[in-house]
Amino acid sequence: MSSQENDETDDLPKHGLKGPSPDERPHPEGRRNSQGIRIDPEAEAEPEQRRAVLSALVEDDPGVLSRIAGLFSRRQFNIESLTVGPTTVENHSRITMVIEESDPGIDQAEKQLAKLKPVIAVGELDDDAVRTELVLLKVEGDEPDKVHAVTEMYDGQTLDAGPRTITVQLTGDEQKIDDAIDAFRQFGIIEIARTGYTALARGDQATVPGEKPGTADEPTQPTNAQ
Amino acid sequence: MSKQAPSSPNATTEAEVDPDEEAEQAPVTTGSEAVIRALENEGVEAAFGVQGGAIMPVYDALYHSDIRHVTMAHEQGAAHAADAFSVVRNEPGVCLATSGPGATNLVTGIADANMDSDGLLALTGQVPSDMVGSDAFQETDTTGVTAPITKHNYFASDADTVGDTVGEALALAGEGRPGPTLVDLPKNVTLDETDAEPGPAEPPETTRPQYVADEENVEEAAEAIEAAERPLLLFGGGVIKGDATEQARAFARGHEIPVVTTMPGIGSFPEDDDLCLSWAGMHGTGYANMAITHTDLLIAVGTRFDDRLTGGIDTFAPEAEVVHIDIDPAEISKNVHADYPLVGDAGIVLDQVDDAIDASPDADEWREQCQTWKDEYPMDYATPDDEPLKPQFVVEILDEATGDDAIVTSGVGQHQMWAAQYWTFTEPRTWVSSHGLGTMGYGLPAAIGARIAADDDQDVVCIDGDGSFLMTIQELSVAVREELDITVAVLNNEYIGMVRQWQDAFFEGRRMAAEYNWCPEFDMLAEAFGARGFRVDDYDEVAETVEEAVAYDGPSVIDFHIDPAENVYPMVPSGGANGQFALTEDQL
Repeated sequence: MSSQENDETDDLPKHGLKGPSPDERPHPEGRRNSQGIRIDPEAEAEPEQRRAVLSALVEDDPGVLSRIAGLFSRRQFNIESLTVGPTTVENHSRITMVIEESDPGIDQAEKQLAKLKPVIAVGELDDDAVRTELVLLKVEGDEPDKVHAVTEMYDGQTLDAGPRTITVQLTGDEQKIDDAIDAFRQFGIIEIARTGYTALARGDQATVPGEKPGTADEPTQPTNAQ
Repeated sequence: MSKQAPSSPNATTEAEVDPDEEAEQAPVTTGSEAVIRALENEGVEAAFGVQGGAIMPVYDALYHSDIRHVTMAHEQGAAHAADAFSVVRNEPGVCLATSGPGATNLVTGIADANMDSDGLLALTGQVPSDMVGSDAFQETDTTGVTAPITKHNYFASDADTVGDTVGEALALAGEGRPGPTLVDLPKNVTLDETDAEPGPAEPPETTRPQYVADEENVEEAAEAIEAAERPLLLFGGGVIKGDATEQARAFARGHEIPVVTTMPGIGSFPEDDDLCLSWAGMHGTGYANMAITHTDLLIAVGTRFDDRLTGGIDTFAPEAEVVHIDIDPAEISKNVHADYPLVGDAGIVLDQVDDAIDASPDADEWREQCQTWKDEYPMDYATPDDEPLKPQFVVEILDEATGDDAIVTSGVGQHQMWAAQYWTFTEPRTWVSSHGLGTMGYGLPAAIGARIAADDDQDVVCIDGDGSFLMTIQELSVAVREELDITVAVLNNEYIGMVRQWQDAFFEGRRMAAEYNWCPEFDMLAEAFGARGFRVDDYDEVAETVEEAVAYDGPSVIDFHIDPAENVYPMVPSGGANGQFALTEDQL
């Protein structure tokens, strides 16, 4: 069959099926938003994004961090920061992630994380969780006294002071860090290194579901264990 | 050829050993024997693969094993064959490949299994541990490459633990929602001495799924079902993988609720049953899509609401509340919000819900309405004698000429849709196709895997397209060598037909790179491979040729030259509303 003959498609009889054509069929009134939630068309359609701090207890398998980072990247979760470090239990690490997503997106991120084999348990932290970030700031060393004063104001520490540069360390919540950086701008900031949030649940609440605070010798049981 | 180059040619010469006794009793002495022992312990009967340098020790351990190894022509074929084996047997299939190009050739098949939640264990050779990272000959970061397309993958580090690792990977592949796993095997690990027999194969503790749904949620869902006026069951592939077809059928019939399936769910409910509206989605039946559009309670079981099913999310089942039963919590409210989420095993949860329902929904009118849609939008095509051969007719004749439990595999394209539309499926695990990934070339290697998994008296038919068939046609050599009774029906329109259909509909008829009039004569090519070859051009020859090909005890290929202008309808345009399906090109 040559392509010339195929070009005559339009001349072939239309054999279509019975029944009314698309525009003659009833259009249902309802509708869903982009998250698949059935909505009142008059009301707000799209869920708003918010920031969420997720904490995951993971096994120290090789490549665990790349698996988590890869999951965020391929599923297009909007990640703001990610920190990782060991816990009191051998072979376990805690990963703290800050993501900006809608509520269904945060829920989906948690569930996808929980599916990864090295992830023991994952949960979102409450708003009252203890969270802090560490930043190192290197500024011009022309006005050491003033730099020192600002460092004191923000409860920071001077780690290195030379003839040309001063490096300070600050910890605190995001707002405090942002304010401090603004304050240091007057001296001329040369370099910044920020860690992103690391966080724990407040009081005797478990940071991730299933975690037993204060029982470091006892490995955390997965929440989905039967 | 370099892929197969052996790095140490010390072939085993213990020809006198009795294989039966040895396979059962010989203690493990090397890592590679531990690998094979782990497979044997789990009752693995068949493995599909291609030899190569880094995987040679594992193949050497297969030498005395009862596991049937099928050498494929290409690693992609090995992955698809193992995938199809898993669909038919409902247990993970196993495939092997060497490092580097062997492993990367598996990638398409692994990704395919991942999208369709098919249990698959891939064993890949790797360069010796101390050379990993040095860009050694035939080295690829296989765990890195396959991390996004596996449930989990493993880099085996030690001969003493490699058997347990393989066992865990196999168990994980089949646990809960099935999926592919991979174990990368550095050559030193498989060659090293060890006497560690693999223990019982258990999935990792962190992945244990939940099988029984929360009772309170079940009660709420049951109440919603009782109160529904237009209830509709949506059975996905999870019904079949969860071995829940019996419970699903009993539930639908017990409460007289109409059923639509997804494409992977084909076979979960008999398509000749009055309650069945066949499958929904882009090329699903008009009546299935009308039912989805108008239902007030969609009871979805084991489906991930793929966009080929839902069309545009905003218009999907717009009047329905959704009950969603799934073993994977991450599927709940991923694409479509679940008003009644039920996490658990399909069969167990259906029984739970059934127990909780006091009275079936009152839906006489709704059932009548569904019947009306069946009459209004029948699946039908024109067959005037003077027109070229219609593919739908070919599918119907193939269906008639084969047994009720015949297995159909397909490639991807128009032929796949015609097969799914015009074959009447009644049994689970008889429709083996590439759904989520849409892998052209899936059909023939899948037919090989299905043939090896199937009962001897089950017919296996591969319905392929000319473009799709050409992508993995080399696997015909395997079917001939293994004397596999497979009938390949090529619906040949000398086009990459689905692309042509879209170009005509959405690209003003610019058929860029869609013409395949350079395809070989498939009947002659089949004969060249050593299979039977047939060519059919018109209606009169179809039945007779099909009969002869099906009766032939070995691989046969029928090259059906079909109407090149025929297109697939109904069609929901990409992102459109299910209820607004087009019946002709004019309606797009």
